[in-house]
Amino acid sequence: MNNSVVNTARLLGAGLRALLVLTLVTGVIYPLVVTGIAQGLFPGKANGSEVKADGKVVGSSLIGQQGYSLDYFQPRPANGIGENSVNTQYKLLLSGATNLSADNDKLVKSVQAAKAKVVKDNSTADHEVEPSQVPADAVTSSGSGLDPDISAAYADLQVHRVAERNGLTDAQVRKLVDGHTEGRTLGFIGEPRVNVLELNIALKDLVAKG
Amino acid sequence: MGPVLAGVLQLLALIAALALAYVPLGNYMARVYSSDKHWRVEKWAYKGIGANPDTEMTWSAYLRGVLAFSAVGVLFLYLLMRLQGVLPGSLGFSSVNPAQSFNTAVSFVTNTNWQSYYGEQTMGHVVQTAGLAVQNFVSAAVGMAVAVALVRGFARSRTGELGNFWSDLLRGTVRILLPLAAIAAIVLVACGVIQNFSGIHEVGQFMGGTQQWNGGAVASQEAIKEIGTNGGGFFNANSAHPFENPTPFTNLFEIFLILVIPFALTRTFGVMVGSVKQGYAILATMFTIWLGFVALMMWTEFAHHGPALQAAGGAYEGKEVRFGVGASSIFAVSTTLTSTGAVDSFHSSFTGLGGGITMLGMMLGEIAPGGVGSGLYGMLIMAVIAVFIAGLMVGRTPEYLGKKIGTREIKLAACYILITPALVLIFTAASMALPTPPHSMLNSGAHGFSEVLYAFTSASNNNGSAFAGLNANTDWFNTMTGLAMLLGRFLPMVFVLALAGSLAEQKPVPMTAGTLRTEKPLFTGLLVGAIVIITGLTYFPALALGPLAEGLAS
Repeated sequence: MNNSVVNTARLLGAGLRALLVLTLVTGVIYPLVVTGIAQGLFPGKANGSEVKADGKVVGSSLIGQQGYSLDYFQPRPANGIGENSVNTQYKLLLSGATNLSADNDKLVKSVQAAKAKVVKDNSTADHEVEPSQVPADAVTSSGSGLDPDISAAYADLQVHRVAERNGLTDAQVRKLVDGHTEGRTLGFIGEPRVNVLELNIALKDLVAKG
Repeated sequence: MGPVLAGVLQLLALIAALALAYVPLGNYMARVYSSDKHWRVEKWAYKGIGANPDTEMTWSAYLRGVLAFSAVGVLFLYLLMRLQGVLPGSLGFSSVNPAQSFNTAVSFVTNTNWQSYYGEQTMGHVVQTAGLAVQNFVSAAVGMAVAVALVRGFARSRTGELGNFWSDLLRGTVRILLPLAAIAAIVLVACGVIQNFSGIHEVGQFMGGTQQWNGGAVASQEAIKEIGTNGGGFFNANSAHPFENPTPFTNLFEIFLILVIPFALTRTFGVMVGSVKQGYAILATMFTIWLGFVALMMWTEFAHHGPALQAAGGAYEGKEVRFGVGASSIFAVSTTLTSTGAVDSFHSSFTGLGGGITMLGMMLGEIAPGGVGSGLYGMLIMAVIAVFIAGLMVGRTPEYLGKKIGTREIKLAACYILITPALVLIFTAASMALPTPPHSMLNSGAHGFSEVLYAFTSASNNNGSAFAGLNANTDWFNTMTGLAMLLGRFLPMVFVLALAGSLAEQKPVPMTAGTLRTEKPLFTGLLVGAIVIITGLTYFPALALGPLAEGLAS
């Protein structure tokens, strides 16, 4: 009995020493070396791909924002995003999805409401938007709640509204959207998309130039 | 090009990349575990540990090493989280409460990475990099070590020796996981994944106001999170978060990282048992199931049945625009057929059948291709069962790789395949029967039941993904999923190592005309059938109450 206690203690000691050695290698040296290389080679990306407009940081090209006025292109809904309830000295952006199931009434209603709003916002006296024209990404929340992109179809749907509200022609705005539409990587990876923040910065510039 | 064709092309590109890596990586890993040379850094490490790497261990000594190392790992991680409030470099975050610390410590040591916390508001730099990410490496290395011990059991004869646990652990970490992770991390940063140790900073917004972001060593953790089939996200949204997975390319790359070691280990197995054809047969079984699941998932997600998805005109709830439906489907299948559990889209909002496919993937035991190491040993156990069934059909003593599958072997294999279903079904039933656990459900009806079934399926199989609407941060779920993870990880390992020991002691049986040829397509077919039938019969009633009820209603 005594012997087995000693053996167990010896084994746990070996386990602890192995853990400490491996923590040094994989938990200290490895992340520091990777950080050093990352900061040396790709400082902008390693620090969050911040985007500037008029000399001021206006966000990250990777992180979607909410609250654009209707003068600007609208992002996807973000109903899954949360507020932090732990360590509340910060007001952190809590990423997340709604996790509502495909047969949940609440989700059905929120999709229908979002669709009605997209139709209403984008229809003007001389321009009628049909509900069938509204693409799926315009009325659903993304996985992260931080989706920086919208589909090319949703950007296209907003062209007329944005042009009218900013005193531009549809052709001017459509050209802007085309310039900011990123196709599939190598022609087949992912889906075509438009970065909302970058598009809106370009739009603001265009309007400022008159 | 339509999204369906783009999805199929991404699948083909992924398969091509995996095929290119298969032989070199598989051969390399076989060399790592067979070489008798020690690197200089390894010699220093062995001195530090106080272990002689050349001592051969019996199965029970090997098991004691696994258990001691894992027990220390749980305790260390638990204390790190409990002490976070006083540790420097933790952003001023407070300590994590006991139930959640227990759950999280167990979760990362068992290679599960079930998360009942929100990463960005709970874990500071020290816990993330020196605690959670370390277990991402070593829990994966433990899985591979156990798999290699089983392979040695098949390859060796008339011996009790299965190798040295400390040597396998260290080599798996230093020679396999670390170099792969370092390369992958740099690629990820180059594409936009963040890697810094800055504090939480406020960033101005386009319309005015600010957002608060976390900094962190995300790329270094993301790389090993996928390579080690761990899956625990730095952020709550996991690989859907643009800082973890910024582009369509990184998405495909991360799927590749998840699959590359588990598939290549079949080559390692083939080389070590002296017949790469045996490895191909196992590979073919894994690949067939994986491809079938991907096809089913793409079909149901593109068809987007379900009232909300029909109203939206596409299955985009919980999915990111840059990935689209096709790549999200490939990711979802790959993460649940391995023990990863990382997500680039949220399974709870998939179609009813799509959610069922993710659950069934885990229920198969995560063997197609499965977690690093755990996938291979799980599949070899199923191969033993399949050989046994075939033996019963023709009335002949079953053999696999020249070893007799006798009473002792089949008892051990049978115990292995009974553990996880028992854990899943008992914990799920208890949660449904008790008055308060069901309050954690977000959705009602069949989907609510699915949330609980998913939670225990994920925990017991060491996956870690979730139907994340479930509020799992309660004492009940923290404790019970914690127990499910512990038992679901270490009990099967006991039986695997005992089986390895028993096989190693045998003398090889010469092959005769009557021997079942386990390297032939016929055996692959038999194995796929055995897996699907055994799992199907075990879980069908539970699946019928949850995802099937939801999927067929819509």
